[in-house]
Amino acid sequence: MKQVVDLQQIRIKRETREPVLEGLSVLFGDMDKNALEEAVRIKEKHGAKITVLSVGSSRLKETVLEALAMGADEACIVVDDACEGSDTAASAMVLAAAVRKIGSYDLILVGEGSSDNYSGQIGSRLAEILGIVQVTYVRQLSIEGNSVTAVRDIEDALEVVKTNTPLVISVTSEINKPRRAPLTQILRASRKPLNIWTLKDLGIDANTVGLRSSTIQVASNLAPEQERKGVIFEGDVTVAVAKLVDALRKEGALS
Amino acid sequence: MTSGILVSSESDSGLRELLTKGRELSNALNVELSALVIGKTDDKDIQSYFDYGAQKVLMITSISPEMLDAETYTFTLSEVARDAADILLITSTRMGKEVAGRVAQRLQAGCITDAIGLTTKGGDLIIDRYALGGNTISSEIIKARKKVISIMPKAFEANPSPTTNGKVETIDIKPPMRRVEIIERKKKLGESVSIESAETLVCVGKGISKKEDIEIINELCSTLKAELGCTRALSSDFHWISEDRMVGISGKRCKPRLHVSIGISGQIQHSVGIMSSKLIVAINRDKEAPIFKISDYGIVGDLYQVVPKLNERIKAIGT
Repeated sequence: MKQVVDLQQIRIKRETREPVLEGLSVLFGDMDKNALEEAVRIKEKHGAKITVLSVGSSRLKETVLEALAMGADEACIVVDDACEGSDTAASAMVLAAAVRKIGSYDLILVGEGSSDNYSGQIGSRLAEILGIVQVTYVRQLSIEGNSVTAVRDIEDALEVVKTNTPLVISVTSEINKPRRAPLTQILRASRKPLNIWTLKDLGIDANTVGLRSSTIQVASNLAPEQERKGVIFEGDVTVAVAKLVDALRKEGALS
Repeated sequence: MTSGILVSSESDSGLRELLTKGRELSNALNVELSALVIGKTDDKDIQSYFDYGAQKVLMITSISPEMLDAETYTFTLSEVARDAADILLITSTRMGKEVAGRVAQRLQAGCITDAIGLTTKGGDLIIDRYALGGNTISSEIIKARKKVISIMPKAFEANPSPTTNGKVETIDIKPPMRRVEIIERKKKLGESVSIESAETLVCVGKGISKKEDIEIINELCSTLKAELGCTRALSSDFHWISEDRMVGISGKRCKPRLHVSIGISGQIQHSVGIMSSKLIVAINRDKEAPIFKISDYGIVGDLYQVVPKLNERIKAIGT
């Protein structure tokens, strides 16, 4: 799961079009929650052990409790300042090392993309590093023993596929509606195992991650220039509608 | 110095868009532009790739394009791009996006998905994509020698730019055994929807309070000859409108001449899908709704009053 800032809270500086990211609250991405919810449903049906895995800043501790309260059994978080500014390749490498440290697994569930950048690379890269199968864009999942049947959403078609564990599955938001963690579980969550690892624990050289070794250089990151007219009509509806239609005619938008 | 640009797409229209952009980049960077074509052998098809700027067409005849799966596609692209290209451009369909990450991992490439802009500056490729949930556009440079970029469908227009003396090369690829079995592939139900190519689009959101009321929006659509779109809430959450009409970061992106937004607050996840509209008109009860900040025209008012009146008025003048 990836921790992101609350995107609804982002303000844009008018003069520079820069986003203001300081002081925002943090949460797990929407589709990451879909992935966790699906894991909890599999556990309720078949029995399973769920480990939440995340790499990020020390603020991860703030959100990981929610994931535990939703039904995960334990959490492993990789918290290391050196990871700051990592590209997806480095993040996937760290996650893969953590998966290997955790040991055995049947399913790795991820969201189809993170809420902030939505690049969707982590699942693909993880599957490649671990040398396992990946099934993407899953909106329906059923499991029997080590056999996995999934319905994939591929734009204008639905595709039913069958494969075996272990594998990486990326889910879409249609697969389920994540539960809200009940209060009793939130209280209990802090007693569940929380493993905090550093890069050293995973045997990773700090020089291979982070901003300095990133293959991606961000030249600029600004709100798009919007040259909109911003003519807003208020008051009497009939008058407002007449004015609007008049304006649209002049724009040639009604021809 | 790069060894070349390779483009690949699941559709011919996608390939033409990438070739058009690829040709511009190949001229700027002075490298060769190749198109990877899976399973096509028709001379007319091949000629059309040259017409849109390919200098070389790499034909894979050993793989059928029907039931192409991500593993086969990943394998094919990786094998070809390993020697043939430093820059790989793929259409960012769901398949293309998955494959981009996998090929990048195999080739130790830097990768950017869902690109919406691609330019060159002093030998560098500048790649634009939405970031922070659509709040910003991030302009990025891939520093790795190998670059894999998946580009949003319709981000670029296709324009012919014929190549003479283009070369065709057939490559023999033997993909590994499939590990994922495709049981079936069925078209989604519902009429064909063309949100992306609609000239006029009317989008509706949570301002509508029950499913039956969508009828008043449909009436406006019929007057304007518009396609109907909606927010995530109305499709994924309420199931009032089919998902293929969802507009936004996890749905479709539109670029109509006229976009009418009704009862939509304008949260970024939705509005990122409408940014390319030429003219945006918003109707919303809340004067402070963010949608008005990205609108050309707007009416602050109850959609139940505004929409029928608007419909009448447009009907009266005739469109």
